[in-house]
Amino acid sequence: MKNQQTAYWRANIRLITGCLLVWFIVSFGCGILLVDFFNQFQLGGYKLGFWFAQQGSIFTFLVLIFFYAIRMNALDRRYGVSED
Amino acid sequence: MHWTAATASVKTEAGKLMDLQTLTYITIGLSFALYIGIAIFSRASSTGDFYVAGKHVHPVANGMATAADWMSAASFISMAGLIGFLGYEGGMYLMGWTGGYVLLAMLLAPYLRKFGKFTVPEFIGDRYYSQLARVVAVICLIFISFTYVAGQMRGVGIVFSRFMEVPIETGLYMGMGVVFIYAVLGGMKGVTYTQVAQYCVLIFAYTVPAVFIAINVTGNPLPQIALGSELVDGSGYLLDKLDHTLVDLGFDAYTTAFNDKSMIDVCAITLALMVGTAGLPHVIVRFFTVPRVRDARISAGWALLFITLLYTTAPAVGALSRMNLISTVNGEDGSGTAYAVMPEWFKTWENSGLLAWFDHNDDNKVQYAAGKAFAGNGKPEFAEDQRGINRERLTTNPGQGDIVGNAPFANELYVDRDIMVLANPEIAGLPNWVIALIAAGGIAAALSTAAGLLLVISSSISHDLLKSTFARNISEKQELMAGRLAAGVAISIAGYLGLHPPAFVAQVVAFAFGLAASSLFPVILMGVFNKRMNKWGAISGMLTGLSFTLGYIIYFKGVFVAPFAANIPENWILGISPEGAGVIGMALNFTVATIVARNTAPPPAHIQQLVDDIRIPG
Repeated sequence: MKNQQTAYWRANIRLITGCLLVWFIVSFGCGILLVDFFNQFQLGGYKLGFWFAQQGSIFTFLVLIFFYAIRMNALDRRYGVSED
Repeated sequence: MHWTAATASVKTEAGKLMDLQTLTYITIGLSFALYIGIAIFSRASSTGDFYVAGKHVHPVANGMATAADWMSAASFISMAGLIGFLGYEGGMYLMGWTGGYVLLAMLLAPYLRKFGKFTVPEFIGDRYYSQLARVVAVICLIFISFTYVAGQMRGVGIVFSRFMEVPIETGLYMGMGVVFIYAVLGGMKGVTYTQVAQYCVLIFAYTVPAVFIAINVTGNPLPQIALGSELVDGSGYLLDKLDHTLVDLGFDAYTTAFNDKSMIDVCAITLALMVGTAGLPHVIVRFFTVPRVRDARISAGWALLFITLLYTTAPAVGALSRMNLISTVNGEDGSGTAYAVMPEWFKTWENSGLLAWFDHNDDNKVQYAAGKAFAGNGKPEFAEDQRGINRERLTTNPGQGDIVGNAPFANELYVDRDIMVLANPEIAGLPNWVIALIAAGGIAAALSTAAGLLLVISSSISHDLLKSTFARNISEKQELMAGRLAAGVAISIAGYLGLHPPAFVAQVVAFAFGLAASSLFPVILMGVFNKRMNKWGAISGMLTGLSFTLGYIIYFKGVFVAPFAANIPENWILGISPEGAGVIGMALNFTVATIVARNTAPPPAHIQQLVDDIRIPG
């Protein structure tokens, strides 16, 4: 039981790390640190870096949370800690 | 956000006024009846109801309530204008105020829900097995929430007075009255379902005019797409046109990065807003109200979805209305428009004092370019009711009329940023019912945030201070009474702060985020993810983070005292402005807490057991 819980927590930490990496790359990376680089490219009438800062990163955040919630539900079941 | 709008009212010519006024009263009256009806229907009967709505709130409903709780009058009215004038750098607010939900969903909300009690200080007190830690957390919470709520109450008064044509004090009393009824009666349960209704009102009011304007300017109804679309007049992409137009007028290009702020400062402010959002007690506590841990995770997603609807529309509203403003003022040929033929809304807002014109080059035309049209802080001072030769309102503090950069003329126009959202329906020629809707939306946004804040203040007083520290023997019924009493007192104090705003309130609202980021967020995070963190680490960390951030802000901005140093990049630590100071405070909090915890006794076994327990949902 104890090992099971440790493994569950490790899997959770791995998932969080991955998600926060994407969170960082999209907002701080594409939207701020590399904004001038991405602004060379166009997305319709948007400069890409500008789009990441004002639209793209928000949509990514949204996808990340739903992805995390769904993956965690699966983890809960796999490790037998689901609330159902 | 800063609340800069003056008290003002929307007045059009007499006939229209009657219509608009009646419509506004009906719309706002109906929305109030709805809120109070919901409060009576879902009034709290136990402390569980009062603090966490009995933990029965559906995750989607909680998402909507969180969105309304989160989006204040300033989000509703001021944000689009702020972005419209900042251009690219507006992105730091957009990313900052949404990115925090990712942190909330993954790092805080599910574990706090598993812990399953009533308040944020309660978690800190139990996890750090210390009444002292709990009291320090209550102090942080009250500090954060009162600075925030004072700005909200001011906002309530302003929105009321602007749209209902009553003095700002009357507006404030009406707002206090409505919040009092549903927060005191309904507690968290009443507030939750009222916030759901308020979200529906505010999002409808925000998106309808935005869609109309998007269609007018680009032909595309989705504001998110319209911002990246071509203009209907065939002059190319909206953003390219905006860039060129602004540069020709002496401004910085709209889409280029780091015009006014350095890269490191933009990073710091964005991060401080994200972490601060995740650390705001009135947002965190919303996730205590759902039935299960998995609901807390998905509910953060729903909350962000509902917030995204407004937050991805705002940049389009900002850019579209800036474009609208320039083309209306400077005209087809870009040489300015005669004051005499300016559209009605221009004069409406001039009457309200949110817009002013001084004819620097004496050509009787209004011209808009970079630079300040008025001296001092750039805001016009009006000569009461006097009118100039063009019938414009006379001002007493014209600027030098200097031309900036390559602009063809000097700027002659002052525009308050708040106009952008409020005047949009008029600029786009939308019917009166849309304007009435905007009024109801602005009031919904202000009330929902104020109610959420007042509730966390009252529950931390009745539950954390009274029940757990000073009067442990009171019954549940007495505690519920105390909670209601505390809510009443908190509303009165907030109302007082709204009536007599200390000069620093407007400044400090923005810093509530820095304080939350540097005090509460780190200790909650370490409480879940660092089993070795003990009470001494947590207490010293919170105090270090709070006092550093507070000190940094006072040092440069001067609260109660004169600033100690000029608020310029050369004086800042690492080039980080006071707005981003929460990031340094947070780093200090983590560092001090870790060092102190390493050199003091580890937490007892039952606390380590508690941490193991909150990490597992079932």
